[in-house]
Amino acid sequence: MSWMPTASRETIRSRAEQLAYLRGFFARRHVLEVETPVLGRHGASDPHLDSVAAMLSPANGIAGGQGWLQTSPEYHMKRLLARDGESIFQVFRAFRDGERGRRHNPEFSLLEWYRPGFDDHALMTEVGELVCQWLERNPPARVRYRDAFLEAAQLDPFRATDDSLREAAGRALDDAVLAGSLARDDCLDVLMSHVVEPALAGEGAVFVHDYPPSQAALARVSRVGSEPVAHRFELFVDGLELCNGYWELTDAAEQAERFDADNRQRRALAKTDMPADPELLAAMSSGLPDCAGVALGLDRLLMLKLGLPSIEQVLTFPAERA
Amino acid sequence: MASYSTNEFRGGLKVMLDGDPCIMLENEFVKPGKGQAFNRVKLRNLMTNRVWERTFKSGDSLEAADVIDQEMEYVYTDGEFWYFMATDGSFEQYPAGERAVGDALKWLKEQDVYTVTLYNGSPLIVTPPNFVELEVVDTDPGMKGDTAQGGSKPATLSTGAVVNVPLFISIGEVLKVDTRSGDYVGRVKT
Repeated sequence: MSWMPTASRETIRSRAEQLAYLRGFFARRHVLEVETPVLGRHGASDPHLDSVAAMLSPANGIAGGQGWLQTSPEYHMKRLLARDGESIFQVFRAFRDGERGRRHNPEFSLLEWYRPGFDDHALMTEVGELVCQWLERNPPARVRYRDAFLEAAQLDPFRATDDSLREAAGRALDDAVLAGSLARDDCLDVLMSHVVEPALAGEGAVFVHDYPPSQAALARVSRVGSEPVAHRFELFVDGLELCNGYWELTDAAEQAERFDADNRQRRALAKTDMPADPELLAAMSSGLPDCAGVALGLDRLLMLKLGLPSIEQVLTFPAERA
Repeated sequence: MASYSTNEFRGGLKVMLDGDPCIMLENEFVKPGKGQAFNRVKLRNLMTNRVWERTFKSGDSLEAADVIDQEMEYVYTDGEFWYFMATDGSFEQYPAGERAVGDALKWLKEQDVYTVTLYNGSPLIVTPPNFVELEVVDTDPGMKGDTAQGGSKPATLSTGAVVNVPLFISIGEVLKVDTRSGDYVGRVKT
C-alpha cells in the first residue's frame, strides 16, 4: 500500500535516538548547531552532482529567479566560518537529482561539521569516535588511497598510465568498450566502486585518505613526501561509503580555478554550467580559517546501526512515495 | 526506434543488447559520492536464455526491443510446433517452437488463453496465466477423514504436470494451480 511509510515504527524511533546521540556528542564538544538555506541561488559545481532546480517568484522588491536545492550545506557553512570562525555542525536535508538506488534517495539527511584548527587526521579521529561509539565498533583503520588500490587492484592510482587504468577498469566492468570511453578519474571511480569497496567490505570500518589531486574536490593539495596528495578522506563501514571529508582548501584563487575546471568538465558531459558562487569566493578572499570539514550520510549510518540493507527501510517515505 | 535511458531501467524492461532481445531482471545504481554513476544490470537474453551482467554509465541508453505481448488461445500441436491463435478477432495463427513454449508446456490446455511475446512477428516466449484449472488424471485413491492431517501426495494433471495435492483429492477433480510456483491452490467446484 503506497500510502504506508516504508520504515518500521522501531526504525523511526531509532532515528530519533540517533539525532539525540549526535546532538549530545557535539554539545559535549562545544560545537554549535546551525541552520543554513536548503534553497540557494547557487548550486554545487561538482561534475557528477546534479542539483534539483527550484523557481522563486519575485516578492516585495526582492528578485526571484532560478534557485537550487542544495546538494550539501558546504558553501553557506563556509561563509559562516569566514565571519565567525567557530566550530559548527548541521543536520541538513540535502538533494541530489537522479540518485535513487539501494543506497541512494534524491532527498537525504546529511550531517556536516567544520572544525577550525583541525587537519584531516584530527578530524578523522573525531569522525571515528562519533561513528564507532554509536555503532559500538572498534576505531576505524586508516589506509592511503594508493595502498588500498595496490592491495585490491594491484596498481598505483597516482602513477599508472591512463591505458593501464582503462584496461583494469575494463576487467572490473567486463566491458573493454565502455572502459575505453572513460576518463582517468572515471576509471578510478570504477575501480573504487567495483574492486576497492568490495575488498574493504570485510574490513569493518576503514578510512581511505590521501587522494590523487585530480580527486581533490574541495580539499587542499600539498606534498606528502615527494608527491602532491589531496587531503581528502572517506570512511567505509562494511564497504558502505559513509562520509567524505577535507582539510579544506582556503585559497580563493585556487577555488575559482576549480570552479572553472568543474564547469569545463560539465560542458564536456553536456550538463548546464553552475557559475562560481561569488559570495563563497568573496568569503574565502576575506579569509576562511584553517579548518577541516566533513559530510556524513545519516540514512546510511542508521542502516548500519540497524543492519538494514536498503535505504527505504530507514526512510519514512522514499522519493516514489513522497 | 524507442530507447530507454538508465534512469528508466527497471525489472521487466525488454531491450536490445548485442543484437538480441533481452529482459531486465535487476538494476543496481552504483555511485561514489563525488564520482561517475553507473547502473549494474542483470539481463536475460531471450534468444539463448543466458543471464548477462552488464554495467552502463548513467545517462547511457539502450534500444527498446521490438517485442509485443499478445493474448492468444492455444489451439493444437503437431509435435514440432505449438499453434496459438490471436484473440483480437484476426484468427491469425502463430507456430511456437519448443524453446518459446519452454516451461509453459506443462500448463498448456486447448482453448485456454496465454500471453505470447512476439519478436519480429514470431513467438519468442509463451507465458501461462498465473493460475490455471486442470483435471486430475492420476493419483492414489483418496483417503476420507484425513483432511486435517495436512499430508500430501503427487497428482498427475491432464497436461502431464505433476503437483503435490492434499490426500483427499481424487481422479476427475479439477484443481486450481499457481503456474509460477507449481503449487496446488484449491479445488474448483464444478
